[in-house]
Amino acid sequence: MTTTALRARTEHAWARFAARRLARLLVSVWVLITAAFLIIHLIPGDPVRAALGPTATPELVAARRAALGLDDPLWQQYVDYLRGLFTGELGTSMTSGLPVSQVLGDRLPATLELALLAFAVAVLVSVPVGLLFAVLTRGGRRRPAELGFTATSIVLAAIPEFLLAVALVWIFGVNLGWLPVAGRDGAASYVLPVLALALAPAAVLARILRVETLAVLRADHVRTARAKRLPDRHVYLRHVLPNSLTAAVTLGGLLLGSMVAGTVLVENVFAWPGLGSTIVSSILAKDYPLVQGIVLVYGVGVLVVNLLVDVALALLDPRSTIREG
Amino acid sequence: MARRWAGVLRSPLGASAAVLVAAILVLAVLAPLLWTDAATATDTARISQGASAEHWAGTDSLGRDIFARVLVATSLSVRLALAATAIGVVVGLLLGTAPLLVGRRAGRLVTAVVNIAVAFPGLLLALFFAVIFGVGATGALFALGLAIAPAFARLTQTTTARVAGLDYVAAARIAGVGRFRVLFRHVLPNVAEPLVVNATVAAGSALLAFAGLSFLGLGVQPPDYDWGRLLGEGLGAIYLHPAAALAPGVAVVLAGLAFNLFGEALAKVLGERRPLERPVRRTAAEPAPDDSAMLVVEDLRVAFPGVEPVRGVGFAMDRGDAVGIVGESGSGKSLTALAVSRLVDESGEVRAERLSFLGADLRAGPHRRLLGTSLAMVFQDPMTSFNPTMRIGRQLAEVACEHQGLGRAAALDRAVDRLDAVRIPEPARRAAQYPHEFSGGMRQRAMIGMGLMGSPALIVADEPTTALDVTVQRRVLSLLADIRAADDVALLLISHDVTVVEQVCDRVLVMYAGRIVEDLPSAELRSRARHPYTRALLAAVPDMTTDRSLPLAVIPGRPADPAHLPTGCAFAPRCPLADERCTATEPDLVADDAGRRVACWHADIPVEVRA
Repeated sequence: MTTTALRARTEHAWARFAARRLARLLVSVWVLITAAFLIIHLIPGDPVRAALGPTATPELVAARRAALGLDDPLWQQYVDYLRGLFTGELGTSMTSGLPVSQVLGDRLPATLELALLAFAVAVLVSVPVGLLFAVLTRGGRRRPAELGFTATSIVLAAIPEFLLAVALVWIFGVNLGWLPVAGRDGAASYVLPVLALALAPAAVLARILRVETLAVLRADHVRTARAKRLPDRHVYLRHVLPNSLTAAVTLGGLLLGSMVAGTVLVENVFAWPGLGSTIVSSILAKDYPLVQGIVLVYGVGVLVVNLLVDVALALLDPRSTIREG
Repeated sequence: MARRWAGVLRSPLGASAAVLVAAILVLAVLAPLLWTDAATATDTARISQGASAEHWAGTDSLGRDIFARVLVATSLSVRLALAATAIGVVVGLLLGTAPLLVGRRAGRLVTAVVNIAVAFPGLLLALFFAVIFGVGATGALFALGLAIAPAFARLTQTTTARVAGLDYVAAARIAGVGRFRVLFRHVLPNVAEPLVVNATVAAGSALLAFAGLSFLGLGVQPPDYDWGRLLGEGLGAIYLHPAAALAPGVAVVLAGLAFNLFGEALAKVLGERRPLERPVRRTAAEPAPDDSAMLVVEDLRVAFPGVEPVRGVGFAMDRGDAVGIVGESGSGKSLTALAVSRLVDESGEVRAERLSFLGADLRAGPHRRLLGTSLAMVFQDPMTSFNPTMRIGRQLAEVACEHQGLGRAAALDRAVDRLDAVRIPEPARRAAQYPHEFSGGMRQRAMIGMGLMGSPALIVADEPTTALDVTVQRRVLSLLADIRAADDVALLLISHDVTVVEQVCDRVLVMYAGRIVEDLPSAELRSRARHPYTRALLAAVPDMTTDRSLPLAVIPGRPADPAHLPTGCAFAPRCPLADERCTATEPDLVADDAGRRVACWHADIPVEVRA
């Protein structure tokens, strides 16, 4: 086989992988869209009456129902909803009267910033720490260090982000007065929300990475690398880390997904002007079009993260996904 | 099984988690009875006050005692969390066992839905369902229950699928046992353990998640209160009196941690095996081999905590020598090879009177200096001995980059050249491939090629052909033989296969229970073996003349357990010649005039071994 043929075959495998993964994404997105669409229909009773309250006149309720298209047959509403999605038309917020797409556009960047920064912090902290502690405590060495690491990471991982957020507010805001505890204004205001979001995932990742690294350290191919008498640095970074990263990336993806959800709570603690504080206020106000829009954005966000994880896994481990099926 | 569950209480962590969980449950029952009055009594004279002797955690905006409220809130928080977990577990079980119950097609649909739902974080699902079920405790309860369900369904699916494929379940099915009966009698009891463990952990997460929902205002509504609600109310006034936010926060963390730790302790107890503690034995050293050799091993011992699988091995090798070490599994032959290359696991302790290679003391300082250049290793399992994430060529080239100071391109050229030398076709193309694209035999040849990146004086091959089929085995062995002949490389071949060693090596060391019991030229193996174990090994090899109507010859008894060695000769319990002296005193390895060595009191008695 020539090099070109080989490359063609590899590209073929990638194309198949991409096609399969894309199909799965599309199905998931369709389920998500349908679920979001159904929200307004699954609510017991009349959502418009619920939103406007018992004091609203029947005329107002009827007019609002008509404006939302709720009197059309269900399939018609579904088609209209799908068409609206393709044209970027997501309806109108029932409380503010603004287009939902505009509210999303205003609020999304703040949430994205928070989630991505927190993820970056979590990875940058956990990978070196996990690797370091695996190497330090391999083969049952340094029991006290292992115990301290495990205890710290278990406790940190068990504290949910909103409680951590409260604790951070108390320590750095109330007691020390070093950092602002509310709003999004300047670099200092990012510190506490990002920390609150990043610490628990960092602890989980570091723990998993240590366990994975310990397992890889016992693997035959690491013995081979030692038999080649490579410097420790090469053994750890080239032969150990890529292999222990695969599990960490899978888990990291799950964590990034749950971080997207964690922003909801953290934003509410720090009055962060993102999607998270908006979805809670809109649920409380029964502003269903806005809820639908935000659910879609969060859902798509999670699906995209999952896709990226699969691609990263395929790149890291040549045996993985692209070879299946 | 009950005793295994009780094992949780034996570990300090499990015991404290269990005590904490029990305390929380008791508090949940008693607190409303004891402190409801204190928690609801308003005191307008003391509104929003900080902690004091009277009110340990201060008072809220109506002057109610926050500490009492936190205690009373235990009840609602725990009940809601447990109820949500119960909903999640029941729905999850139904969804997860659907493939077994409702037939293949409907089951597949359920699986697909679960797989999509599982991709979303629980909190998002809970928010989604909270919109549908409405704001309030009941809505949040069902929302959280349904949010827990997919993960539990996935777990149920995978665990039951594993059990459902087992023979006894298939047998029950064929016997006409109904689906529900199969599920409840045969499948669920066998997957109960992981499900219980996960339900415990899920209860902890539900507690935290419910606190989150109430904190956001989506869960418990006033005048009711749970920890999340109290936390939300306290946060607004955190600058005034932090205790109002911290007290419920601490309660949530403690309770969540208790359930999580209890679950983890359960998982550990159910999945663990006892570590073995064994006494260490000492035996006499073997006579010293001569000094000038390329490799000198003298009284080599490898000990792990509690066992000493290699107990004083000594031999010497010269350039171009081919020495084989044979023995059953557990005889210490592989550890001997690893000890020579200084690759024994961290937990093992290697000691020797002498361990020198090309004049360098392998025991001292940065002792692995020669490894990878003068000393090459070939391992047993070519499937796992390469790094799966690196191309073969790079893995070979690394050696040259590191030890010969070659650049990347030059090193890769050498790697291709070495792959060619080990008869890998199209070496340039193959070098760019990953290990999984190589067959087992090719990988083993590539592994030998890796050893040839330097200019080795000794190749240590640990069962290099065990994982390969017979035709491939022959090619790998002849490759090793050719390399040895061409470059005067010495070969230390570890194998359990006497025939292989006989073909490839000039000398054979027979190991039993961590010691060399016989050392002789391989040409004399069949004619002049003196140790009963060696003769038994040979007799156990079938050949073309073996009468195939008879059962295969085996060595009676079990291989020696390095942790439970008898006092005398380790082979005595299985030896047809054993007498009192054998069971009392271990024989030394004694050399005769021709350099053959044997460790047996009866080495000179001819023995008839059943063949």
